Amino acid sequence: MTRKRRRLVLIGSGLAVLAVAVALMLNAFRDSIVFFNSPSDVVEKHVPPGTRIRLGGLVKNGSVVSGSNLSVRFEVTDGKNGISVNYQGVLPDLFREGQGVVAEGALDPGGTFKADSILAKHDETYMPKEVADALKRSGHWKDDYGRQAGAASGGGGK
Amino acid sequence: MITAARPEQPPAEVVNEPRARHGAGRPPRQSETASEVQPMIAELGHYALMLALGLALIQGTMPIVGARTNDPVLMSIAAPTALAQFAFVAMAFTALAVCYVISDFSVLNVFENSNSQMPFIYRLTSIWGNHEGSMILWVSILTFFGALVAVFGNNLPAVLKANALAVQAWIAAAFHLFILMTSNPFVRIPQAPFEGQDLNPILQDPGLAFHPPLLYLGYVGFSIAFSFAIAALLEGRIDAAWARWVRPWVLGAWMCLTVGIAGGSYWAYYTLGWGGFWFWDPVENASLMPWLAGTALLHSAVVMEKRGALKIWTILLAILTFSLSLIGTFLVRSGVLTSVHTFANDPMRGVFILAILVVFIGGALALYGWRAPLLKQGGLFAPISREGALVFNNLFLTTACASVFIGTLYPLALEALTGAKISVGPPFFNATFGPLFIPLMVVMPFGPLMGWKRGDLLGAAQRLLAAAILAALTTAAAFAIEQGGPVLAPLGAGVAVFVMAGAVTDIAERTLVLRLPFRAALQRAIGLPRSAWGAAFAHFGIGVTLLGIVAATAWGSERIVEMKVGDNLDIAHYRLTFAGLFGRQGPNYHDLVGRFTVRRMNGDLIGVMEPSRRSFPSRNMTTTQAALMTRGVSQLYLSLGDPMQNGNVAVRLYFKPQVLLIWLGAAIMFAGGALSLSDRRLRVGAPQPAKTKAALRPAG
Repeated sequence: MTRKRRRLVLIGSGLAVLAVAVALMLNAFRDSIVFFNSPSDVVEKHVPPGTRIRLGGLVKNGSVVSGSNLSVRFEVTDGKNGISVNYQGVLPDLFREGQGVVAEGALDPGGTFKADSILAKHDETYMPKEVADALKRSGHWKDDYGRQAGAASGGGGK
Repeated sequence: MITAARPEQPPAEVVNEPRARHGAGRPPRQSETASEVQPMIAELGHYALMLALGLALIQGTMPIVGARTNDPVLMSIAAPTALAQFAFVAMAFTALAVCYVISDFSVLNVFENSNSQMPFIYRLTSIWGNHEGSMILWVSILTFFGALVAVFGNNLPAVLKANALAVQAWIAAAFHLFILMTSNPFVRIPQAPFEGQDLNPILQDPGLAFHPPLLYLGYVGFSIAFSFAIAALLEGRIDAAWARWVRPWVLGAWMCLTVGIAGGSYWAYYTLGWGGFWFWDPVENASLMPWLAGTALLHSAVVMEKRGALKIWTILLAILTFSLSLIGTFLVRSGVLTSVHTFANDPMRGVFILAILVVFIGGALALYGWRAPLLKQGGLFAPISREGALVFNNLFLTTACASVFIGTLYPLALEALTGAKISVGPPFFNATFGPLFIPLMVVMPFGPLMGWKRGDLLGAAQRLLAAAILAALTTAAAFAIEQGGPVLAPLGAGVAVFVMAGAVTDIAERTLVLRLPFRAALQRAIGLPRSAWGAAFAHFGIGVTLLGIVAATAWGSERIVEMKVGDNLDIAHYRLTFAGLFGRQGPNYHDLVGRFTVRRMNGDLIGVMEPSRRSFPSRNMTTTQAALMTRGVSQLYLSLGDPMQNGNVAVRLYFKPQVLLIWLGAAIMFAGGALSLSDRRLRVGAPQPAKTKAALRPAG
């Protein structure tokens, strides 16, 4: 084989691997990207039932109801709109009423959000960035969140 | 000097006084000497850091001028300044360490991240459990490596050494400046509080003692390869000897990064309470990318050293590997991500690190584009050959690295450009990284069995027949035993066994253990280069890790239930009984412990597991302390949820089969690296064979 042909083989196989990788990535992007929504986004954008999303906001005070077999029901609000969330399992250490939360799952046809994971955050003052931004947009950001978040220079969740 | 100035520990009664919060009036200090001497330490550290910056600037300019004008005196400045710079940075680090150890809360950084009631080890490790301190650790390691090059680089050509140390100094100067301007850990509080705010409880773990330093040793170790690559480009020539000088550094950095990543993974596994060991979290990805690129660099440097081929590619990989380390630092330190690893959000820092990124990566790549065509290529080889296999390795490693890169940065780019918030989760990485990594694993055993230049694929395949049969049997057995698991899992286990058996085959073929009498084979085994043993170990380790990942992910089981005292819970072939809850006081926390007895199904008692909920009053924060019970290489994993009013507890119980293999594999990889590093040919400072002199002639 000549030097040129060898180089061609190298470059050709390199391009082939890249093409496969690009195809894999595009395919994976189509299936596995999850958009973040605030309750108002869900209402305004008419997110269709069954679409996987992340729902973020504050756990409404007084809304947490524990059912049997570790099921729990609560409302996520951004002050303007609220979405009722169902979850079964152990809640993260810092899940509290009035605190920020991010739930991942999908809406059922009845408009209830069925979460299969509640994001575990690991700091009492930590507010997920998405939630903070969503609260700022809806005008429900309180300054002490910012102060708390600023003081929480210790970090967040994994 | 520093130790002489260290005052006594704060008296015990001070420690036990009620906590004074920040801003509360502070009683006069107990000891006059303390108030006089103690304030010096932080300022000394600050001053030492400034001097280090000055030295870095000298080290970054004079030797390069010397290399240009061929002035040996100017070039020889590099080594002593590198040593002095390290000495001053070490002094700054020690100063900060002293402030932490004596709990000097008049230093803001100590006040925010430490507490006099914390155990000594955590007072020490909290030095780098925060942004400023971890940057000090970063530059300490950077200048440490610079000093090592200065000490052990006597056999380097003077010009290469001068240039490489100068480039190393540029990096150091940029980070000294970053610390002094945006992240000074020595800032004082005018009214010193009496007690610190405590370290984030999540970080109060022995893992903090090992994980960050090892990770940084890896990240920063790649800076040596970067500096040598830039030096070679500045000089405009490169040869096989370059690869021999760079390889030990890359190998050392790679070893540290391997165990650093594995250690972090184990830490997350036992800390986060649900038994996951890898999350495809952007911060983890930030450490995985340099590892992938560094692994590729390690292999391409072999080709360059042995055959003089792939020079330009190796230079590019050296630049990219350290660039990815810098990007990792940027992702973690700039606050664009939110995670346990991100300590503070100060936009100024983000901009500064971004500027460092642009200057160093952009500059290096521009220099590469300009100078690389001048470097002479060499070494022909057929596609089916050892070189070909290593090119295959590089191709797949870098592509896999690119897929991680895109998955990690795409959400950031999209948010910056359109404002849309998305998350790219594990499904993306599983669907891209997996298919790219598996072919690499399948081909891996073939590589070492092929000859240089032109290999014999059929011969290699024949020699791997036993390994392939073993792999097929594993797959079949896995299918038979583990019905109902994911379909791909038995195949994954088969590939893992193929990789392990392939590594054994490699050694068996080299020692001819099956064909020669045992004594002769033993002789051959002793005579085998350590680097050959190292490669076999590292490859075997990858197989072990893969097997652990497959088994723990596919064949584990979990139970999430509410239990009352006396309840039984069955998992795999174990039965847990909830015996009750009790409280326990720790040094700076309170544990609510659940006691569970573990029995075999036939009733034999194996032991007790005591997971707890640990609350830290100083931060009003609760963490989950999972209980782990090791059975062989498998583990039972139990964590508690919040106790309910009726005294019941929610528990999460996992059975993780073969999970310890994941980290055992990393340890084997580390051992492989260490074996290879001890190879005489690679030993830093080993006398060079006479012929390298000839190889040093300009190659253009």
